[in-house]
Amino acid sequence: MNSFKKTISCIAALSLLASLTACGKKDKEEADSPDSTAAAKNVTIRFLNFKPEIAPVYEEIAEAYNAETGNTLIVETAANNTYEQTLSAKMSTSEAPVIFQINGPRGYANWRDYCLDMSDSKIYEHLIDKSSAVTSNGIAYGIPYAVEGYGIIYNDAIIQKYFSLENRKTDFVSMDEVDSFDDLKELTEDMQANAESLGIEGVFAATSLKAGDDWRWTTHLANVPIEREFFDNNIDLSGDGIKTIAFQYGNNFRNIFDLYLNNSTVDRKMLGSKITDESMAEFALGKCAMVQNGSWAWSQISSVQGNTVAEEDIKMMPIYMGLEDEENQGLCIGTEGFLCVNSMAKPEEQQAAKDFLFWLYSSETGKDMVINKLGFIAPFDTFTDDEKPSDPLSREVLRWLDKEDVRTVPWSFTVFPSQTFKDNFGAALLQYAQGTKDWDYVTEKVITSWETESSF
Amino acid sequence: MKNNLKAYFPLFVLPTLAAFIISFIIPFAMGLYLSFCRFTTVANAEWTGLENYRRIFSDSNFTNALWFTVKFTAVSVITVNILAFFLALALTKGIRGTNVFRTIFFMPNLIGGIVLGYIWNLIINGVLGFFGTDITYKAEYGFWGLVVLTNWQLIGYMMVIYIAGLQNIPRDIMEAAEIDGASKSQIIRRITIPMVMPSVTICTFLTLTNSFKLFDQNLALTAGAPARETSMLALDIYNTFYGRPGWQGAGQAKAVIFFIIAAAIAFIQLRATEGKEAHS
Repeated sequence: MNSFKKTISCIAALSLLASLTACGKKDKEEADSPDSTAAAKNVTIRFLNFKPEIAPVYEEIAEAYNAETGNTLIVETAANNTYEQTLSAKMSTSEAPVIFQINGPRGYANWRDYCLDMSDSKIYEHLIDKSSAVTSNGIAYGIPYAVEGYGIIYNDAIIQKYFSLENRKTDFVSMDEVDSFDDLKELTEDMQANAESLGIEGVFAATSLKAGDDWRWTTHLANVPIEREFFDNNIDLSGDGIKTIAFQYGNNFRNIFDLYLNNSTVDRKMLGSKITDESMAEFALGKCAMVQNGSWAWSQISSVQGNTVAEEDIKMMPIYMGLEDEENQGLCIGTEGFLCVNSMAKPEEQQAAKDFLFWLYSSETGKDMVINKLGFIAPFDTFTDDEKPSDPLSREVLRWLDKEDVRTVPWSFTVFPSQTFKDNFGAALLQYAQGTKDWDYVTEKVITSWETESSF
Repeated sequence: MKNNLKAYFPLFVLPTLAAFIISFIIPFAMGLYLSFCRFTTVANAEWTGLENYRRIFSDSNFTNALWFTVKFTAVSVITVNILAFFLALALTKGIRGTNVFRTIFFMPNLIGGIVLGYIWNLIINGVLGFFGTDITYKAEYGFWGLVVLTNWQLIGYMMVIYIAGLQNIPRDIMEAAEIDGASKSQIIRRITIPMVMPSVTICTFLTLTNSFKLFDQNLALTAGAPARETSMLALDIYNTFYGRPGWQGAGQAKAVIFFIIAAAIAFIQLRATEGKEAHS
């Protein structure tokens, strides 16, 4: 009996030892493999992608890049609204991304220890507007990679149907005549009154206000009045002038926000559980005529099952809210994605990352992917005039860019303070929509939250 | 043999000890250190002393979350345990289909928190939809939504523990009590409950810590809406850590305070219920 126990304990001890050494061996093998590939000059570049909707395209790019250069590109994608979380988590690991994205000056302030000087990179050399990069003390750290635009997207088929109605109260004959908030309001309200004969449930898609899905209002819509406030007061966006705002055009924001809420497919009390995807689906299915969104939304609209919106009917117009001179207001066009190379990565990885970025935006294969698959309007001089994306919304952005006497509204929301500011703002908007809080509360929240969130 | 085991002691303890050090002691020490630092990622941190702890109270988010969590925990500990106990009682009476019922009540516990949160979000919004509103309208809706969800998830599990406790009560004591003329409620109060005290200890401990640390269900059901009124502590820490650049240290400091409170509650609760256990 005793010897039996002895044998058992010996076996147990031995198997433990064996499993321990087995673990050790495996680790060693794993550690060996990257070295051996590095010796063959095949560098692995890790890229943390910001946009889940285009993740499959990056897989194709990785394959094409591997086929042409032999380098491996590993693309990881952060889920919606979790980029900062994913980035902070990944940065601390040994598999940290070499290429990552920041959202402008505020993002740079948070990640400056990890941003490599890009001033001597080829990609920066070919950047058309050098001032659009994220810089600090004259050194470029973040390279913008796509110009995007947003506004109010409308379904021209429904608008034309409205124009042909006999009992309509307005006398617009073309959307070009709608160039102010008053016009838009008149048009919207009469369309809403005729919703049944137009076959829609409401003019505007649901104003999605679920937490995490309120960015169309707290970021994009808010950009219009706040950008105007900075512009009118000559605020230097890189200085301390952005630490507080007066939200002086808050009532203009309210104008358009009320219009969205009151002429919508969904009752304003039910908006707390609506997400952006639902709004886009409503638009794609022809349940509404308009939705506020941007040039990136085409893939989303066209991929909805049972999509009824024809490619040639999809148009975009500026977000009018009753600001001065708004007949000259254009779409909001800019960029919030700036690519950075990790300064803590190995030098050969950094070089490979810069080479990859230049390859993507200059080689035939890369440019083809950018234009036709990613649908980016690339801000680099490696693209000729006819090398532009052909999807209808990007075409609309280009059409508005080409218009003379139109002032394009730049993207100033890159200087908006933290996500917490946007969350607080979104929560206040929801309470306003539900009727539990008044507009003064929203205004106060915006001003105070901006100030507290800017103080660090 | 004894000597033999002693000789092997370090070897047998080593894997567990190593796992404990790697996955608990080291992260805990790092977390404690980071709560006194300003940092972006855990790899580069700069000592700032008590600054983070001061910043926790610069807004009311933390205290609100703490209060909400305490209220929620109190309500759910009571409801979960009472309901689980009576379910267990009913399902040890030998009624038809006992095993089927036990399985069904236990099943919600096998579903992940995020999924549960979404399921209940849909159900509650579906019901509130008839009244033209949804769960984000009032903090009370979110509060009771969370209570219902937690009950649904935990009752089955606690029920299994209570059933095990009930089945361990010797039949003869019950019979003796019946023969002595004790009424049903007397049996429950004087015999059943004292005899299942060890199960009560375990169940209150589990529900207390589970409710206090609730995160995924909170995130998926309300995400704090309206405003941050239904944020519990764990969600508030998460939002502080990730939602505000420069606030990672403050989030870490909140997490340290959270740990101290949770440890204190668990300790006090264990002491209190252990004293009531029948030592036979």
